[in-house]
Amino acid sequence: MKLFQNLFDATRPAVTTGSLKGLFPLHNALETMFFVPNHNAHSGAHVRDAIDMKRTMITVIFALVPALLFGMFNAGYQHYRALGLVGGGELLAEFFTIQNFLFGALRIVPMITVTYIAGLAIEIYFAYRNKHAVNEGFLVSGILIPLIMPIDIPLWMVAVSTAFAVLFGKEVFGGTGMNVLNPALTARAFAFFAYPTYMSGDKIWINTAPEQGAQVVDGFSGATALGQLATTGQTSYSAWDAFWGFVPGSIGETSTFAILIGAVFLIYTGVGSWKIMLSTVLGGLTMGLIFNAAAGSLEPGAMKSYMELPYYQHLMFGGFAFGAVFMATDPVSAAHTERGKWIYGFLVGILSILIRVFNPAYPEGVMLAILLMNVFAPLIDHYVVEANISKRLKRLKLQQS
Amino acid sequence: MLNNHLFEPGLVYICPEILAVMPNVHSVRNGLDLPILGAPEAIVDGHLSTSVYAVRPSDFRGLAPKLAVKEGDRVLAGDILFTDKANPQIAIASPVSGEVARIERGDKRKILAVVVLADAQQSYRSVPAGTPANREDAIQWLLGAGAWSLIESRPYGRIANPEAQPKAVFVNGMATEPLAVSPAVALAGREEDFAKGLQVVGLLSPRTVLSIGANETAPALTKASGVEIHQFKGPHPAGTTSVHINRISPINKGETVWTLNYQDVVIIGHLARTGNLKLERVVSLCGTGISKPRAVTAVAGAQLEGFLSTELKSGAYRVISGSVLTGANVGKNGYLGYYASQITAIPEGQGTDFFGWVIPSFGKWSISRTLFSWMTPSKKYDLNTKQHGEDRAFVVTGVYDKVFPLDILPMPLIKAMWAKDLEKMEQLGAYEVVAEDFALCEVVCPSKQELQKLAGEAIDLLYTEMN
Repeated sequence: MKLFQNLFDATRPAVTTGSLKGLFPLHNALETMFFVPNHNAHSGAHVRDAIDMKRTMITVIFALVPALLFGMFNAGYQHYRALGLVGGGELLAEFFTIQNFLFGALRIVPMITVTYIAGLAIEIYFAYRNKHAVNEGFLVSGILIPLIMPIDIPLWMVAVSTAFAVLFGKEVFGGTGMNVLNPALTARAFAFFAYPTYMSGDKIWINTAPEQGAQVVDGFSGATALGQLATTGQTSYSAWDAFWGFVPGSIGETSTFAILIGAVFLIYTGVGSWKIMLSTVLGGLTMGLIFNAAAGSLEPGAMKSYMELPYYQHLMFGGFAFGAVFMATDPVSAAHTERGKWIYGFLVGILSILIRVFNPAYPEGVMLAILLMNVFAPLIDHYVVEANISKRLKRLKLQQS
Repeated sequence: MLNNHLFEPGLVYICPEILAVMPNVHSVRNGLDLPILGAPEAIVDGHLSTSVYAVRPSDFRGLAPKLAVKEGDRVLAGDILFTDKANPQIAIASPVSGEVARIERGDKRKILAVVVLADAQQSYRSVPAGTPANREDAIQWLLGAGAWSLIESRPYGRIANPEAQPKAVFVNGMATEPLAVSPAVALAGREEDFAKGLQVVGLLSPRTVLSIGANETAPALTKASGVEIHQFKGPHPAGTTSVHINRISPINKGETVWTLNYQDVVIIGHLARTGNLKLERVVSLCGTGISKPRAVTAVAGAQLEGFLSTELKSGAYRVISGSVLTGANVGKNGYLGYYASQITAIPEGQGTDFFGWVIPSFGKWSISRTLFSWMTPSKKYDLNTKQHGEDRAFVVTGVYDKVFPLDILPMPLIKAMWAKDLEKMEQLGAYEVVAEDFALCEVVCPSKQELQKLAGEAIDLLYTEMN
């Protein structure tokens, strides 16, 4: 402890007045990470809540840990299952193995590292350029971005997508707190449209590199449940598999259960908005019910059987749960007013399922639904604020009459 | 007075006799009682005695002082020390009799304080005792006695303009600020002055509202006559005038409301009874830095140094004139504010916290559940002045709403204030707030934004543009 403090003290003159001035934001970011500074309240209220932006962000990261760890196991499990090296035995015993975990960790940890390096380098540059401290928002984005990527995406694509998201999703708007779009989803949308062969289809969700002399087993399909549903209207995965997460998909999105643990943590700590999560789920359920009801009038076929998917199962497949809990709730890009959050979340839910079922080009609709609603969130807020304003005007008129 | 609010929309008609014993009760849900140690014992014990007093123009929002005295002048208690350049009717009286020892000046000769050395035997500039006959008399009488500065006006939270026609006067009979003395304790023995003061205040507008706590027992408050009584329950800021006005008769554009604190009413009542302006209040001597927290009597502007030398524990404490939410850091050599009814001493934060943002720590308090303070909801903390983090951009939303009970959207209003968008501010309710209303938002803000400063400057700008 003393050692670090001495180190920071010794290097401070160089970055404040010396030749390394450009490194001050980096120095400051590291120092405030090691030691919460001894700033005292100097204007206004003399006591302050012990929460700060760093603690808020680390709380979100804690909430992501179950999904992250599960994703590591699942990456390995899907890989070895595709090669026929596991499967057929006791599921849990075959799933939670060191082998699976290491397989996943060895691919996911480099992705996280690359994301942080690419993103933080840009953040620190802009902190230096605009003379402010490094904001902590990217600590969360840096974990979120790998979790919504397929396991086999090349690292350089992760880096380019991250750089694009930070630059054009955030810094051009003025940095943390000013962005319109969710930065993590911007990264994914960029990758999705720039490198479609690495981001969609039925070959990319599972690593199928031959190993231990084993090849991909005959009759193997790497399609996700939603991919299957979009083409045939049927899926080979059960709803329970999807709930627990033993299915292919983006790294962090598969286990609804692990995401639920994170959701409970976020809601309980008060960091995530339960209003957005609940209204998103309600929106998804509503759209699912509408499809169920409408399916009866359709000609038999893939679309009819897709629409007949029980409404609640939409919550378990694909990225719906991950989007509802970790993406839609991003406080900066979501609606800011409490009433607006209900409307925003509900529409995210509706649109997610609508795009998912109706648009064959995008087997998953959550990403685009949230990005679209990010764009509309200020409009929702505008009307909520206008309602408050018109209430005040009405009161004035009442007084004058 | 009582009949007035029978015509409030939505109020069922009940005969006035029942209404008199069953006042309106308003519940405030959003808010926060800070879990802070150092509450004062409920007794008035002692007097803050000193011979040095100072009146600082910074205690009066928006007032540009024009001196009425010079160094060496003799003044009586109630004599004018300085007036407002913009409106000479607004005058600030000396709290004590004695000699103007010095005028403290800062940059560009800005007046920081007028220091008066008090006589051992106080003498007052007497005005005729007794209750004025009508509104005009009452205003002239208060102006003549130097007591006008006790009447604040909304919007803008400044000393009232005597020419204005307020729609109502709101008397605040509550004290929910952290570590405040309860009105029952402060009013004990001063009931007669309070009742007399209410009579004078009642002349100033067609409607006089007295807000009291829902559990109030002091008969001086619960049985106050000639006023419309409303009860408020819930956490702070349930006891602030902004909440009372917002719930009872919100301020629309173009309207004016005058406000007073119950202790100011006592001072006016004493003036009516004796003819002497005695700017003495019951002051809460509180916080963990005070060896024996309790209530004492103190005259406005009193120098704290000598008194605190025996009351303050040794160590690094911040001495605040006022509460931890809205008070001013005056230092232990400082002076009690002109309106202050609290002297709070809390520890200055010291040292850095090694990985303080991630290590779970049990001694820290947070309204969120990201630390462990939620496990012990009734525990109180020795809160210090640490900011617990650095200034950041607005990121988290919905936090302010939890502690902001006014029918106003706090975040949009703050953003309008930030952008100095006067039209938006007006539309979003800037006339209904004062800077202090954002104190709790400031406490819970994870981005550590200085909201009171921001709001104060924005409301001042609004005043400049509108007047």
